[in-house]
Amino acid sequence: MKKTPLCQVHEALGARMVEFGGWYMPVQYTSIIEEHNHVRTKCGMFDLFHMGEFWLTGPDAMKNVQKIVTQDIEALSDRQIAYTPMCRPDGTIVDDLLVYRWTDTEFMLVVNASNELKDFDWINHQLEGNVRLANESANTGLIAVQGPNAEALLQKLTRQRLKSIKFYWFTAGKVSGIDCIISRTGYTGEDGFELYFNAEHTEYLWSVLTEKGKEFDLKPIGLGARDTLRLEARLMLYGNDLNDTTTPIEANLGWTVKFAKGQFTASEILKHQKDNGTERILVGFEMGKGPAPRHGYPVLKDGKQIGEVTSGTMSPTLKKNIGLAYVAPTLKEIGSTFDVEVRGKAYPATVIETPFYKREGTK
Amino acid sequence: MKFSKEHEWVKLEGDTAIIGITDYAAHQLGDIVFVELPNKGSKLEVNKVFGTIESVKTVSDVFAPMTGEVIEVNDELDANPALVNEDPTGNGWIVKIKVSNPNEYDQLLDEAAYKAICE
Repeated sequence: MKKTPLCQVHEALGARMVEFGGWYMPVQYTSIIEEHNHVRTKCGMFDLFHMGEFWLTGPDAMKNVQKIVTQDIEALSDRQIAYTPMCRPDGTIVDDLLVYRWTDTEFMLVVNASNELKDFDWINHQLEGNVRLANESANTGLIAVQGPNAEALLQKLTRQRLKSIKFYWFTAGKVSGIDCIISRTGYTGEDGFELYFNAEHTEYLWSVLTEKGKEFDLKPIGLGARDTLRLEARLMLYGNDLNDTTTPIEANLGWTVKFAKGQFTASEILKHQKDNGTERILVGFEMGKGPAPRHGYPVLKDGKQIGEVTSGTMSPTLKKNIGLAYVAPTLKEIGSTFDVEVRGKAYPATVIETPFYKREGTK
Repeated sequence: MKFSKEHEWVKLEGDTAIIGITDYAAHQLGDIVFVELPNKGSKLEVNKVFGTIESVKTVSDVFAPMTGEVIEVNDELDANPALVNEDPTGNGWIVKIKVSNPNEYDQLLDEAAYKAICE
């Protein structure tokens, strides 16, 4: 199991540690619900050292990135970011990732820890022409600061004008003297930033943020709350909601598939799915009081299994049971009902609008 | 009060046993969000599963530390399952049973022996 440079810091903070994607990571420091609510109301800090960072560079880098991901990277400005699936020729998703456009010849790709080697292999086999792929994951530290107080806290540590960085844009600048990529992104449904930097500065930046964070009520947040936060915001978790058999159209990620950019990997099959529909589609649902829906629970209609829950939890913000499930398209409309089987018993569920939670001021 | 290896506690008052999960177990589970209780009148069999406790992250079985018939369940846990975290050996109790075999109580661990297995 791999360890982040902050492993001992987490243990000293009393974190409960678990294995996640091959890494020894903090799942909670105090309580998942407390940590979750803290990010929604104040701010929290996450050690995300496990995430993978690749660099794709060279004169043919743009051509290649346009081929392997479904988003239109050419349509981005420099220093803009896209969330995008990366598909196989049959439309199934290798991974979902962030593409950072530095220039039209230089890109950073941020991939899931559990898929790092698979992605590197996959991308390497797709590349054509004058382009270079480098895996910088081991040399790159990543700390996320998320929540309503995130901007004010970080502004105390940098001369970059954070207000001018829009959502899904980034800049390069110093944070407490350390060169960072300052990215207005996150996996929580709150405003916030993700800082990338040379791995050797991980402990230093964590301790500076901890110290400066005191006046902004910053707390460390584990992967447990990260999961409930992202699910409320309907952000996908690879391995749960997406996997090697699902396509972006099935996952309701059609907005990330840009057919107008021309041909790319799986463009035809995805267009066909978009126009003709798929046999299953990912929907959000709620359940009444009772057991929480969880990954892998069967979805039933009239007693027959017609799908499966991919993620579920008691939502700390909404204080009700919520989940995502693949179901037949006939059940995708808001208000459709089905049952979720929990320990052999069927409990009613209703399709509702997602994201389950939207922070104020967002569209 | 005595304890099972599966982290339940028992208070025996005459032939009535009050049962809950231990402070240690409640802490290990984290934020409890749902407790599935047995029905009144149902039978509990020693060392068999009689309920489920769900925290945000986990689903755990609750084992019967003694055999008997359920005479009361803690209905307050429906509305407020977090009582098990707040006061596991008091207001967070789970069931009361009429015990069939009081001798089973002697097989349970005392506090010192239970603490030893939690370390």
